[in-house]
Amino acid sequence: MKLSNIVENLSLEVKTGENNLQNDVTGAYISDLLSDVMANGKEGNVWITLQTHLNIVAVSGLKNLAGIIIVNNRPVQEDVLQKAESEKVTIMSTPLPAFEIAGKLYQLLNG
Amino acid sequence: MLREFKADLHIHTCLSPCAELEMSPRAIVKTAIKKEIDIIAITDHNSAENVIAARKAAKNTGLTVLAGMEITTSEEAHILALFDDLESISKLQDIVYSNLMPGVNDEKRFGEQIVVNEKDEVLDFNKRLLIAATDLSVYSAVNTIHSLSGLAIASHVDKDVFSIISQLGFIPDNLKFNALEMSVHIDRKQADALFALYNSYPWISSSDAHYLADIGKRTTTFIMNEPTTADMASALNNIEGRRVEWG
Repeated sequence: MKLSNIVENLSLEVKTGENNLQNDVTGAYISDLLSDVMANGKEGNVWITLQTHLNIVAVSGLKNLAGIIIVNNRPVQEDVLQKAESEKVTIMSTPLPAFEIAGKLYQLLNG
Repeated sequence: MLREFKADLHIHTCLSPCAELEMSPRAIVKTAIKKEIDIIAITDHNSAENVIAARKAAKNTGLTVLAGMEITTSEEAHILALFDDLESISKLQDIVYSNLMPGVNDEKRFGEQIVVNEKDEVLDFNKRLLIAATDLSVYSAVNTIHSLSGLAIASHVDKDVFSIISQLGFIPDNLKFNALEMSVHIDRKQADALFALYNSYPWISSSDAHYLADIGKRTTTFIMNEPTTADMASALNNIEGRRVEWG
């Protein structure tokens, strides 16, 4: 499934990386520990997290993730958004908590 | 004789992937002396390979360089480890390296990890994934530091990432930190208001410098006898007239 379908179906707000929405999504991984995502995130995964540290951009790039969904409408600092834009990392945002957005995404991917 | 020692106990060198290239041990020592600092600690992420160079650069200058490290625990909390001697930090480094997440540093994404000598000459590029976490829990990290007779200080407890409070929600009672560190982002008044719950711990504040210009932006003054971790521990606990002041 294309990232753009997910954005549309889950009403995500795209904060950076508008041009990467044609990326194929292979699944999702939920974690707030950067090192855990470095160890267990898989290429093409959407990463669901509340972690907004600058290093999320590096981790996403390193693992070739399809994009990052920030939950609970957590604010993302401008320097993180700028870095994500320049590294072509897609950051999306949702008002939903992780459990709910994950449930919806699971249904969408496996429905 | 008790006197004041101005200390900045949290300084990264060019070995930390997130620190600027100009943070060579020699430049750090020079800057610290210029800012009339008496004690610094070199505290790179999960490594201490630039400590020796900083010590050599500070030889015969009057500046004390503590052998330190900033450990990333399995919970991704940052903990400062401070020692007087190179032997302890070397033992700690062995333990940290054997517990560090495997992988090779991606210099383009995370930054370079440069090991230098006291003359700013490049000796090596550390290939380990120093930005990542270790398998050491906060408990084993603190216990390991104490078993090597070092000071264990919870880094920047006011920050909303990589601090013991951001990662665990609160500081467990049975975690025996020698002190909590407040970052430059918070002043004494704010710290008093926000962290009254933790006023049974001694507090310090330091710069967490990643850039030369950051060094000494925040210091803690130790009123004590000599610049050793033992005397610092006494100052943190207000023993025999020793004490600490900041902010």
